[in-house]
Amino acid sequence: MRELSKEEKQIRIAKNAAALIDGDESCSVINLGVGIPTLVANYLTREKVYIMAENGMVGVGPMAAAGQAHPDLINAGRQPVLETRGCAYMDSAESFGMIRGGHVDMTVLGAFEVDEEASIANWIIPGGKQLGVGGAMDLICGARKVLAAMTHTGKNGLKLVKRCSLPLTAKGAVDSVVTEYGVFTFRDGKLHLKRIAPEISLEELRRITEIEFEAEAETPLMLV
Amino acid sequence: MDKLMTAQEAVDRIRDGDRIMIGGFGLRGCPDSLVDALVASGKKELTIISNDLGSPNQGLGRLLTNHQVKALIGSYYNWNPEAIEAYNCGRIQVTLVPQGTLAESIRAAGMGIPAYYTPASAGTELGEGKERRIFQGREYVLERAIYADAALIHAKRADSLGNLCYSKTARNFNPLMAMAATYTIAEVEEIVEAGDLDPDTVVTPHIYINAVVRRLGI
Repeated sequence: MRELSKEEKQIRIAKNAAALIDGDESCSVINLGVGIPTLVANYLTREKVYIMAENGMVGVGPMAAAGQAHPDLINAGRQPVLETRGCAYMDSAESFGMIRGGHVDMTVLGAFEVDEEASIANWIIPGGKQLGVGGAMDLICGARKVLAAMTHTGKNGLKLVKRCSLPLTAKGAVDSVVTEYGVFTFRDGKLHLKRIAPEISLEELRRITEIEFEAEAETPLMLV
Repeated sequence: MDKLMTAQEAVDRIRDGDRIMIGGFGLRGCPDSLVDALVASGKKELTIISNDLGSPNQGLGRLLTNHQVKALIGSYYNWNPEAIEAYNCGRIQVTLVPQGTLAESIRAAGMGIPAYYTPASAGTELGEGKERRIFQGREYVLERAIYADAALIHAKRADSLGNLCYSKTARNFNPLMAMAATYTIAEVEEIVEAGDLDPDTVVTPHIYINAVVRRLGI
């Protein structure tokens, strides 16, 4: 099994997450978290997909290059961004009302752990180096669908685990998981493998995935 | 204009130990001139209610660097390692609130709603100790409104009455905080005569605003 570079992993995860959104016509308003999820925007091809940022914007455009940045315009990761035609602004309460009210079709977030009950831990690793929850809990509770875009394993081991060991962000909330080695969805309380990476066998994938998952005999390959 | 004053005059109303809301997200939409004046005033034992605390010694971070903070109520301090260290050493108290809950609790305070239910934080560490209730098969937690003695907010433009317009994502928590505090000070980049703002573009009507301060360095 060939080791992928950090950048290869990130691009592959972003590309496959984008394909999942592109292929789901019910998803037109999406929220992208910081890190890998932000990259997803680069690979979306379907028209009329609107990115909302919880700091108060619908219709977030691409990153602003130096010289293009407007001092009053950032995304929720504090990065300067551009407007799109027809974008709109709102205050933080309306922004989260939009999220909690079910008007956001999908949130794409990074995660430390996802478990077999579809619970997700992505806001804190105890030990005192972090102090913040941001909008993660509201987004995961509120968005119609939750996509965890994350590396398959981390420096502390497996990330698709039987039971999250880290403090939860939300219980039973995840719909899909995209890693560099597979695209998974939760259906009827069970994890299903939809696509697999070309470098890995099903047996190898099971060894690095603590959650038991269902797979077709011929699982289609991920986009690379 | 009765409400126009210097930043120093405006923050003079603030007392040691007050609960103060300050607008902004990251370093955008933060009333920097008012924060400067608050730093210069040396008021202490403050409880700061804000989304984040800027960066170390930048934006709201200056209040902490200057030892004026007793407690923080907010959602995200990972941009300011000084705040994390102060909390870990026990120098300040921190109440972490999910960002949507923070916004809604501030909105509720301004709109006469003492408490409400939200699904955010149900079943998590941040939901522990909160009253729980099931609606339509789903678990919610009771959250209370968050009030303040003063709010320091930022807007793009004011008229001479104190009607406010905002710019892009610098709006964030500012219009909510304007309604939730006993005394609201708006820092603005531009002041025009009453009647010169298109009433349809006013986001915060003047009745919430007690003082208007012109942002310095514009």
